[in-house]
Amino acid sequence: MSASELASGDRAADRVVPPTGFTATLTTFTAGAMAFLAVFALALSLATGRLAERWASELAQTSTVRISAPIEELEAQTLAAQEVLRTTQGVVRSRIMSEEEQMLLLEPWFGPDLPLEDLPIPRLIEVVEDENGYDAAGLRLRLAGEAPGAFLDDHTRWRRPLVDAANRLRGLGWIAIALIALSTAAMITLAARAALAANAQVIRVTRLVGARDVYIARAFVRRFTIRALLGAAVGSAAGCIAIALLPSAADEGAFLTGLGFQGWHWLWPLTIPPLAALVAFWATRSAALRTLNEVT
Amino acid sequence: MIELENVAYSYGGGDLLTDVSLRLQPGSFHFLTGPSGAGKSTFLKLCYMELAASKGLVQVFDQDVATLGRDQIALARRRIGVVHQECAFLDHLSVAENIALPLTVAGRDVAAESQNLSDLINWVGLSAQQNQLPPELSGGERQRAALARAVIMGPDVILADEPTGNVDWEMSQRLMSLLIELNKMGKSVLIATHDLNLIRTTKVQVSARVLRIKDRRLQLAGADL
Repeated sequence: MSASELASGDRAADRVVPPTGFTATLTTFTAGAMAFLAVFALALSLATGRLAERWASELAQTSTVRISAPIEELEAQTLAAQEVLRTTQGVVRSRIMSEEEQMLLLEPWFGPDLPLEDLPIPRLIEVVEDENGYDAAGLRLRLAGEAPGAFLDDHTRWRRPLVDAANRLRGLGWIAIALIALSTAAMITLAARAALAANAQVIRVTRLVGARDVYIARAFVRRFTIRALLGAAVGSAAGCIAIALLPSAADEGAFLTGLGFQGWHWLWPLTIPPLAALVAFWATRSAALRTLNEVT
Repeated sequence: MIELENVAYSYGGGDLLTDVSLRLQPGSFHFLTGPSGAGKSTFLKLCYMELAASKGLVQVFDQDVATLGRDQIALARRRIGVVHQECAFLDHLSVAENIALPLTVAGRDVAAESQNLSDLINWVGLSAQQNQLPPELSGGERQRAALARAVIMGPDVILADEPTGNVDWEMSQRLMSLLIELNKMGKSVLIATHDLNLIRTTKVQVSARVLRIKDRRLQLAGADL
């Protein structure tokens, strides 16, 4: 049974099998609901994918050197570390963070009135690396020699779990899509089998007058495929509208408000209705041929 | 055309038919008789491949049925017209559409064959009922519609299971004359019936062999018929 045969249809074959009642509504509704959920799962996957890439690239290009030393040595070690960084291959620039910037970093924990000058706060140097990066092990050795109180934090320790979590979330999104496809297949199979059982007499009579299995199956497959396609189209459209109506991304909202499609990613939901139709085609065809095999 | 050789059919551990042999030649006319439950319908179902033999060889149009795929069985059935005892129809289609069903499922253009269809409907006397739905037909009308459906493809063999079972004597004579007419056109006819009067009346008009199923075996009926 080719796609063109399916699309062109056979009015006579469609007439032979009577309308299949509640199973038609069930198939359309199931396909619509599953497509709606699939749009969200797709949006989740794409959003977490973007997030993982952004975190990975942003964090990978910056690092920090922290200098913890006695007050009297702090300035000298800071300058020594800065000099080491200036002559390190792969470091684009390094900058000693001002007291105001350090205040801003500590403000969420200690409040705005922190007397920074009275506390033994380590000095921080922001390091920006080039595309190729620097030799972290070599830099650590040089820092240990020139500024023993300097510690290089290349963010790897906390970057990796974040990126891993985002990647895992993206994987879960794809697993959700696969489960949605399987659930759709299962429900359409049940609906198709109910329709086939309700038409047992039609199947028996048509077989006995010389109908081939593919002729009988075609009538069922065509109906269920078209219904799944229509249901999924409506569900996908509804899902896209719901995604479009989500609040726009803002710094405060972070990840949650970034859940959606960007640019050409809006084309992705267009693949859901044909995929739903394909799932329905496969599920109904196998259910029909299996059922017909039980009829002599 | 249809040949059974030492065929047995078992169901639920018991034999319904044993060591059955028969060869249906082109243009032959056979009656199959025996008491209710003797296995007449089972025998016909073996002939049109609705049942598979437990033992022995069934050949349809020179092909061993055991080796045929489902599509080949469907194609072979298009050459066998069957009038079922229960006259099963598709109740959502009109009488004319039901009669044309074998053409439809064979992918033939029913519109192009509308004249033949109309002639056939006239021949079985159902012109007035052709647009009705099957549940609106009487028993005799259903039998005639089933006969028309059985012959619309111009089959080589016609198998009829109690074709006069639900009709009065006059209607049964009319149906038999239709079957005799088909036989005169060269079709092989095999009719399963327990109506001995019908057999006697028909034998006057056509040369027919009468077979009987007795004790699960097929035998030629005696002179009592």
